[in-house]
Amino acid sequence: MVKEFERAGLPTAHICSIVPISKTVGANRIVPAVAIPHPLGDPKKPPDEERAIRLALVERALEAITTEIQAQTVFD
Amino acid sequence: MMTRKTPVIHYMNQFFAGIGAEEQAGARPMWFDGSKGPGRLLESADSELQVIGTIAAGDNFMAENLEAGVDAVLALLDTHLAEAADRPKLLLAGPAFNAGRYGMACAAVCMAVQERLGIPAVTALHPENPAVDNYRRQVTIVRAASNVMGMQDAVDGMVRVGMKRVRGEPIVAAADGTLLRGLRQNHFAASSGAERALAMLLKKLSGEQFETEYAMPVFDRVPPAPAIKDLATATLAIVTSGGIVPHGNPDRIESASASKFGAYSIAGLDSLTAETHQSVHGGYDPTYANADPNRVLPLDALRALERAGRFGRLHDIYYATVGNATSVRRAVRFGQEIAAMLVNVGVQAVVFTST
Repeated sequence: MVKEFERAGLPTAHICSIVPISKTVGANRIVPAVAIPHPLGDPKKPPDEERAIRLALVERALEAITTEIQAQTVFD
Repeated sequence: MMTRKTPVIHYMNQFFAGIGAEEQAGARPMWFDGSKGPGRLLESADSELQVIGTIAAGDNFMAENLEAGVDAVLALLDTHLAEAADRPKLLLAGPAFNAGRYGMACAAVCMAVQERLGIPAVTALHPENPAVDNYRRQVTIVRAASNVMGMQDAVDGMVRVGMKRVRGEPIVAAADGTLLRGLRQNHFAASSGAERALAMLLKKLSGEQFETEYAMPVFDRVPPAPAIKDLATATLAIVTSGGIVPHGNPDRIESASASKFGAYSIAGLDSLTAETHQSVHGGYDPTYANADPNRVLPLDALRALERAGRFGRLHDIYYATVGNATSVRRAVRFGQEIAAMLVNVGVQAVVFTST
């Protein structure tokens, strides 16, 4: 799906838990996430800290869509 | 005199070992003497084969850090091989069908066991399993169906190919039902390369069917879209394959092999809650996503950044489907349809989340 978005000209940040799969399938802008059942959070952390983690990941996604790239790039 | 059976180790995930479903996906590798679950089918497929031990590990434990997961499996194997009377002659992993996490684990375990222990290994995967592209050059992969309906064929194939490897016989993809490894094998042809090439060329010129002897690999890569220049005025959309839908799943999106995606309004909504939204994804334990759906679809963080002026505006509609054993063909169609709608309404970039 992310490839079809990029093909349509929409820069797309793929926030995902299993980076090797995203790479294999061919996502261009990859942002590694926390874990499979909670990619943008961590239930073990206090709520404030968890929100900060989520905010940082979305910030990284913004960095990914504003960065000119020539090839598949992992933003970590 | 009784013939000694061929000792085999079998690798599988927590689900097939009967340890548990998604709530056990974080389980560390564990050892069981003898066969378990599909291991019994391996033994009945060939009476010469005996599963001396089974290693089972949680899908998430393996997929989230494949290298550490494989190390843990090998360490466990080492401990038990030291005590074993027989050194195993083969490792069989799976079958994992089109399961992404499980497939990655099976293929990575096969590769490590071959390279570090010198024991041949075979797994069985659906050709679309993401592990295939990563490992097909190093690992012998039997072609399997996309789901467990194809268990018997996959087991038969794994055993047949596995026993050939034990005997040191060559594996030929077309005849043995394995996926192409991209390796060349020598063979004698009836005519020289020059003659065969000319025959092929003549067929091509006269518009006849011909079959290449060296198929080119297909790499479906998309050139990166240009970056957003002015984020402060850009409209972004959020899309997920993590199965976050409004409570009650109004479109009845399937928890596996989804046939559709949903479009849902988030206009005026600041954050997702357990009351408003839920996960219908069948491929991970939804406890954490149900308790706080922002953990998969980060609406609260996007709103905070929107308010802070980091980007122009968040599109009022979000799109969601379930990425769980969904065929590539269907995912391509979802992507094309959603992209067309987003482009039409002036969305300029997408944040896409996957579990």
